[in-house]
Amino acid sequence: MKKAAAWAILFLGITYFVLPLIGMVEFSLSMRRGVYSFDAYAKVLADPQFRQTFSYSVFMALLTIVFGMFLVVPTAFWVRLKMPRMRPVVEFVTLLPLVIPAIVVVFGYIRLFNTSSWLPLTGTTFGTNMLLMFGYATLSLPYMYRAVDTGLRTIDVATLTEAAQSLGAGWFTVLARVILPNVLVAVLSGAFVTFAIVMGEFTMAALLNRPAFGPYLQLMGANKAYEPFALATIAFVITWACMGLIQLVTRFSKHTKAAR
Amino acid sequence: MSETQLPPPRRRINLNWLGLVPFALFVGLFLIAPTMKIVIGAFQRADGSFTFENIAGLFTPSIIASYWISIKISVASSAIGCLVGFLMAAAMVLGGLPNTIRSPLMTFSGVASNFAGVPLAFAFLATLGPLGLVTMFLKTQFGINLRAMGFNILSFWGLTITYLFFQIPLMILIITPALDGLKREWREAASCLGATGTQYWRMVALPILFPTILGTFALLFANAFGAVATAIALTGSSLNIVPIMLFAQIRGDVLGNPHLGYAMAFGMILVTGIANVIYIWLRMRSERWLK
Repeated sequence: MKKAAAWAILFLGITYFVLPLIGMVEFSLSMRRGVYSFDAYAKVLADPQFRQTFSYSVFMALLTIVFGMFLVVPTAFWVRLKMPRMRPVVEFVTLLPLVIPAIVVVFGYIRLFNTSSWLPLTGTTFGTNMLLMFGYATLSLPYMYRAVDTGLRTIDVATLTEAAQSLGAGWFTVLARVILPNVLVAVLSGAFVTFAIVMGEFTMAALLNRPAFGPYLQLMGANKAYEPFALATIAFVITWACMGLIQLVTRFSKHTKAAR
Repeated sequence: MSETQLPPPRRRINLNWLGLVPFALFVGLFLIAPTMKIVIGAFQRADGSFTFENIAGLFTPSIIASYWISIKISVASSAIGCLVGFLMAAAMVLGGLPNTIRSPLMTFSGVASNFAGVPLAFAFLATLGPLGLVTMFLKTQFGINLRAMGFNILSFWGLTITYLFFQIPLMILIITPALDGLKREWREAASCLGATGTQYWRMVALPILFPTILGTFALLFANAFGAVATAIALTGSSLNIVPIMLFAQIRGDVLGNPHLGYAMAFGMILVTGIANVIYIWLRMRSERWLK
C-alpha cells in the first residue's frame, strides 16, 4: 500500500519531467512533414551564427573556469589555513549571487562601467568581454566556492602546507603542486557546473550585447519554427553531459581513495 | 604556527589579510559595487540629490501589478514545488523503493535544476504550447481543448508549470539530506508511546523538518522571482512580470525615467533579500536537529 503510493508519486513526478523533454525532442525531429528527420539539426549546424555564438560561449566558459579557479582555490585555501574566523563572512559573500538577481548585477555593471565612468569597460569589445566573464564568474561563485571548500575539508590543509614548506616549497608550489592536485576533483565539478551555467546564460550576455549562445537561442525562438527545439535539445545534452561528468569524476576519485 | 623558528621572536605585523585582497577586490568591484550603485541610484534624482520620489514612483498601477503577478507566480511555483518535491523525496527515501532509484533521481535533479533559461521555455512550448505534444494529444485522442478551457502557456499557470521544472528538483536536492537525517529511533520511540503514523508525522517529523521546508520555500521563491530568461523566451513581453519589465527598461528606458529603473531593481533585491534572510535564519534553526 505504502509502496504502491510511493511508486505512484514517483511515476507522476517523472512523467512531468519526461514529457517536456519528449515534446522538445519530438518537435526538433519533425521539420520534414510526416517523417522524423534530423533536418532541423542539419540546418542549425550549418548556420554560421550558431558556430560563432556556440564557440564564443565555449571560449567564455573556459575563460571563466580558469579565472574562477585562480580566484577561488587560493582564497578558500587561505581562509582555511590562516583566517578561519573570516570563513562565515567569505561564505556569506559567495552566496550573495544567489540572492541578488543576475539582471540587477548586470544593470549595475552597465551603469558603473559605462563609457563616462572611471573604468570604461563597456567602451571596447575586449572590455565588455572581460566584464561578461567577470559576470559569469560572479554567477558561478556560489557553486565553485562550495565545491572547492568541500574538497579542502577532506584534506589536512595545515599539515600538508607545513610538510611542503619544510621541504622548501614556496606558496606557489604549495598551491600548485600540493593543494590543487588534492582538490582537483572538487575543482572539476565546480568547473562543470560553471560550464553549464555559462552555456545557457541569457540575461547578462543579452544586456551587454555580446554574441553568446543564450541570446542566439532566444533570437531563433522568436524567428524560426523547428530550429529552436533542436538548439534546446543540444543545450539539454550539454547540461546533462556536465552533470554526468561531475558524477564520473566524483566516482573516479572515490576509487583512487579506496585503492590507497 | 611554527613554534621553533631560528631567528629570535620578533614583533610581526599580521599580514594574513593580504591573502584575501584579490577575492575582496573582485567581489567588491563586480558584485558589491554594482549592487550598491543600484541601491543608491534608487534614492537619487538625475542630478544626484537624495529623494524618495523613485520609490514612490513604483506605486503606480502598472508597476504594482507587475510586482503582484511576479510574487503570485513565485509563491505558486515555490509552494507547489515544495509540496511535490517533498512528496517525491519522501517516496524515494521512506517509501521502501529499491535503492538503485536514488542515484539516477538525484543526478537528474541536479541536471533539471540547472536546466533553466531559454531552452526550458522551448521544451514547454513544444509540450503545452498551441501545437505542443500534450495539447495535440489531448485534442485528438480525448477531444479536450486546453485552449478553450482557458489554458495558455503564456499565462500565470503556464509560467508556474514551467518554473516547476527547476523548482521541484531543487526541493528534492535540499530536502533529501534532511529526510535522511530523520532518525529511526524517533519513529520507534513515537510508536512505543502509542503514536500512529499520522501522529508521528504531525507531531515529530514535520515539526523537525518544518524549518527546512519553509527555508527552502524562501529559496525557491527568490529563485523564481529573479528568473528572467525563461520568462522572456516563453512570453516575449506579453506578461508583465518584474524581470521582464526591468529587462525592457534597461534595454530602452520604457518607463521614461532611468532612476525608476534603479528603484525597480532595488525592489527586486529587497524581495529576494527578505526571502533569503528568512531562509538563512530557518536554516540555522533546522541545523540544530539535523546534525
